[in-house]
Amino acid sequence: VKTYWPIILVVVLLAIVPFVTTSNVVLNFLITTLLIALVGQGWNLLGGYGGQYSFGHAAFFGTAAYTTAILQVQYGINAWLGLLAGIFAGALVGAVIGILCFRSGLRGSYFSLVTLAFAEVLRIVSSVTPITGAGVGTLIKLDLRPEAFQFQSRAPFYWIVLALFALSLLIVRAAENSRFGAYLVAIRENEDAASALGINTFAVKLTAMTVSAAITAAAGCFYAQYFLFIDAAIAYGPWISIDALLAPIVGGAGTLFASLLGALVIKVLGEATKLLTGDAPGLDLVIYGIVLIAVVGLAPRGVAGVLTTLLRRPVRALAKPGHDNA
Amino acid sequence: MLSPVILIAAVLNGLMAGAVYALVALGLTLIYGVLHIINFAHGALLTAAMFAAFFAFTLLGVDPYLAAFVLGPLFFAIGYALQRFVIGPAAHGEDRNFLLVTLGLAVVIENALLYFFRADTRTINLPYSFKVVEIGPAFVALPRIIAFWVVIAVAAALWTVMRWTDTGKAIRAVAKEKLGAELCGINVAHIYAITFGIGTGCVAVAACLLIPSYYVNPVAGEAFVLIAFTIVVLGGMGSIVGALIGGLCVGVVESFSSIFLGQSLGQIGIFIMFIVVLLARPSGLFGARP
Repeated sequence: VKTYWPIILVVVLLAIVPFVTTSNVVLNFLITTLLIALVGQGWNLLGGYGGQYSFGHAAFFGTAAYTTAILQVQYGINAWLGLLAGIFAGALVGAVIGILCFRSGLRGSYFSLVTLAFAEVLRIVSSVTPITGAGVGTLIKLDLRPEAFQFQSRAPFYWIVLALFALSLLIVRAAENSRFGAYLVAIRENEDAASALGINTFAVKLTAMTVSAAITAAAGCFYAQYFLFIDAAIAYGPWISIDALLAPIVGGAGTLFASLLGALVIKVLGEATKLLTGDAPGLDLVIYGIVLIAVVGLAPRGVAGVLTTLLRRPVRALAKPGHDNA
Repeated sequence: MLSPVILIAAVLNGLMAGAVYALVALGLTLIYGVLHIINFAHGALLTAAMFAAFFAFTLLGVDPYLAAFVLGPLFFAIGYALQRFVIGPAAHGEDRNFLLVTLGLAVVIENALLYFFRADTRTINLPYSFKVVEIGPAFVALPRIIAFWVVIAVAAALWTVMRWTDTGKAIRAVAKEKLGAELCGINVAHIYAITFGIGTGCVAVAACLLIPSYYVNPVAGEAFVLIAFTIVVLGGMGSIVGALIGGLCVGVVESFSSIFLGQSLGQIGIFIMFIVVLLARPSGLFGARP
């Protein structure tokens, strides 16, 4: 229980933001940041803790987004049930891809590329099949009632995405504290040795992949409800997969708050360069890319790594338990 | 619809299209085989080279096939410098950092191109762009035939370099056992950079072969890179012969799935083949089993 207090602290601090400011700009910024953090948290469990680098987390994000959108638009099913269905569908896709990959013993770059290929297949299929709206995309009808998972103001959206992210923090922390988490890290460090010690690496990796997919899927459902529009390029586009791995790696993969830290850095960087360069298309991303390379060059263990060294250098006792295993 | 004439034409066109895929994959597989990194900047470098070939023609009037002789070495130098002075130092030898740095590089290159040249799609018109040659019952576009033979020549040259020269031996030594190679006095950072340079040079030649019959915009290279990744895996990572044969196979598969599934689903055949092959034979068609 003692290990949960950093989560409570961070979530409570974030939860009072809408009472301090009602600025839509701030809330919108924080909502998209938390969305990326949630997408990344799914990746972090599998990639950061388990060492299985997926390049295709868009597969889970997109499946969930389409599931919740299609259930509402085509079948008139309640959006909150759609959220559950979306998470379930995302987890199912994760489990199926996981079984296929891990059964044939795919590791390292091979695993990465196959997950990428699955996401691409889904993208191409969803861009032509009628049920997803093909090239036009799917538009969720505006229906501003809480029962329909739509709200007048941004604050409820903010609290919901925060709650989802808090839940993902609890799941990852619980995994860290459990035997399962120890197995997962053992697999990351040396899969053959872990297997030789009697760990069922297949079951552990598959569980990690399914839970990871479910977390990222939750973000997909939220995206659909918040923006009310998805198409193949948004749902299954490579940018989701890239954000999913960028956030936790920049933050310091394999640590609890990596995804949140990384998402903050990425978003602040993105907005700052956009402000700096004005209308010139592309220039903001050029600077973004250069800073990204510089950040990696200067902080190879991510933001969490920098924080730990900063915190541990002056007084060792000040080190937060939240950044213990960086 | 499925007369033998169509099938033969599909195979021939597939082989010719596959050759350029193979060349892009050749660079990628070499970099993977030696540095053990997935180079995300490959597509962006291809796009940059296509722009270079485009402007060499429109501004200086240089034929793309002649430009290859200049752009190949130029991009070799660019690739060498990138690995030696940017990617290598920034990545600290960690896989996930290589990933991020090449990703960052891709973002920089693509958006710099977007900034300078906007999102317009450009093409060039050459007298031979639309010439076709009759091979048996089928017609094949002339630029594709030229590309096919150039790729075969480049692959053969590369294979010779790897097999018989000191640099080639050093590259293979580093690929096999980095520490051992270093102990033998091989400058690993230099060899890494050379390899990255060769990979980038391949991409420049591929760009010159593409530009007579293809278009260029700031994301034009991306379409090729995902396919190149699948070829690299199919052929076995690090294998030159594998990349060549894998590229030709992928070209044929794409050409067939375009016929059977329609143009928009043409690429799906590639990815499905990729997934199936990888699940059945994880080390690729020509790679040694791990």
